[in-house]
Amino acid sequence: MSAAEARAPGPAEPVTAFRLRDVRQVRGVRTLLDGISLDLPRGGFTALIGPSGAGKTSLLRLLNRLDDPASGTVELFGRAVAEYRIRELRRRVGYVFQTPVMFAGTARDNLEAAHRLAKTEVPAVGDARIAALLELAGLDASYADRPAADLSGGEKHRVSIARALTTNPDVLLLDEPTAALDPEVADRLMHTLAQLRETTGITMVMVTHRLREARVAATYVVMLEAGRVVEAGEAATVMHDATHARTRAFLQAGEGDAA
Amino acid sequence: MHPFEISWLRLMAAAALVLIALALSLWQKLGLEKGLVVGAIRATVQLVAVGYVLVWLFDVDRWYLVLAVLAVMVIVATLTAARRQSKSSGDRRAIVPIAGVAILVGAGLTLAYVTTVVVHVSPWYNPRYLIPLFGMIVANSMNAAALALERLQSEMEARRGEVEAYLALGATPGQACAEATRRATVAAMIPAVNALAVVGVVSLPGMMTGQILAGADPALAVRYQLVVMFMLTAATAITAAITVQAYRRTFFTPAAQLKPRAPS
Ligand SMILES: Nc1ncnc2c1ncn2[C@@H]1O[C@H](COP(=O)(O)OP(=O)(O)O)[C@@H](O)[C@H]1O
Ligand SMILES: [Mg+2]
Repeated sequence: MSAAEARAPGPAEPVTAFRLRDVRQVRGVRTLLDGISLDLPRGGFTALIGPSGAGKTSLLRLLNRLDDPASGTVELFGRAVAEYRIRELRRRVGYVFQTPVMFAGTARDNLEAAHRLAKTEVPAVGDARIAALLELAGLDASYADRPAADLSGGEKHRVSIARALTTNPDVLLLDEPTAALDPEVADRLMHTLAQLRETTGITMVMVTHRLREARVAATYVVMLEAGRVVEAGEAATVMHDATHARTRAFLQAGEGDAA
Repeated sequence: MHPFEISWLRLMAAAALVLIALALSLWQKLGLEKGLVVGAIRATVQLVAVGYVLVWLFDVDRWYLVLAVLAVMVIVATLTAARRQSKSSGDRRAIVPIAGVAILVGAGLTLAYVTTVVVHVSPWYNPRYLIPLFGMIVANSMNAAALALERLQSEMEARRGEVEAYLALGATPGQACAEATRRATVAAMIPAVNALAVVGVVSLPGMMTGQILAGADPALAVRYQLVVMFMLTAATAITAAITVQAYRRTFFTPAAQLKPRAPS
């Protein structure tokens, strides 16, 4: 399947990006994920919400195989993630970490990293593409030659989003991309991400603790607590008419969110 | 010229020098008394025993006994290098085999080259040359392996975020931890590189000093010392490279995942 096909599901193609069945994850004696079954929509914007320690990060890491589950299955586009060539899977499923890590050098060096890592599979990024990627992430082209280490937290986040896009992924996973940002900067980033999805049709899965973000940008919401799915469904339904008391309580508690 | 004899009585006089350190420890409450006394006794016993083993080994003149002694040196060096390596997300059970192979190959290749190409030892197993040469090489390989293990462990711990960021971008494990392996290799080689720079200026190497004291021609002692320095550099490089490249693999799963932190 080509990248273009993967993005815009044709009539006969699966509408699910990730399909998880009975996924369990353990570390030592702790159970982090306990029987997760989910279907995340292709081309959609999924918000993973839930209290701290619910297992949101642990779940996100399974989607591009930074970890494997202790048991259960994870499929992407109808195929087990374990069947993809691992490096190929990771290029198709970008991951933006909660704490951005900049590689040595300038922002440009960071955006050229994927090509350096796989010369034949990832085309080199020219000046125009670097400018375009930075702009997609909400930065202007003058950032290309700034030393990455000197950027602010928000700018690093944006560069790491642009960097995740350099492999032309079908899916972008984001772990609390706005957690460390001022509300204003966070709003701009969310706007950027929503636009990015609309223009490219990329599937987004975002962990967030800011409910307003889930409300504004998400098309699908998954509420996680203590390693289990409390509720999952269309954003409008979950956000306005949650069936579960736990979700309603979590959403109400979050009304006072700074954002 | 004949070296001046050191009688046992005179050796006792030399041992009195340790009393100075002992006095300092008592006066400044350094708590080193036990270490000093035990250390001095151990050093004496070990060296005297080694002396007897060497006398016996030179006497019986059997190649397999010489190889057995070399093997024991590799084993002791391996266990010493592997000891004191702290908890890690790498595979701790792999440390002993990795250090063993790295020391054996690094020290063995170097010894083979020196005794065939440079010194032309005859017979090939002549213990008078092989044992002291190998002792120096193995000691350096041991330090290189210990430094490489320890540094790689701490770099991999400190760079988890960077390593995973590279993996998430489609890097191979080797690419993802390139900075960690580079730094660990440098750390293991720095002592050998520094030793090359300061030898003869800051430090007068023990072997050369010993040879001269024992009556050898200083010019020959210098040449032997140069051979030793070059051979230690090679052994260090080989051992460091093997240790780092083998050990870094144990931090990853076959699916190019960084293994979780070791539970505390
Ligand atoms: N490697 C690990 N070892 C032990 N416990 C872990 C590990 N990783 C995460 N946890 C625990 O698992 C729970 C879920 O973690 P996480 O997925 O990070 O939650 P969230 O992202 O929803 O805040 C937390 O209680 C966390 O402390
Ligand atoms: Mg988290």
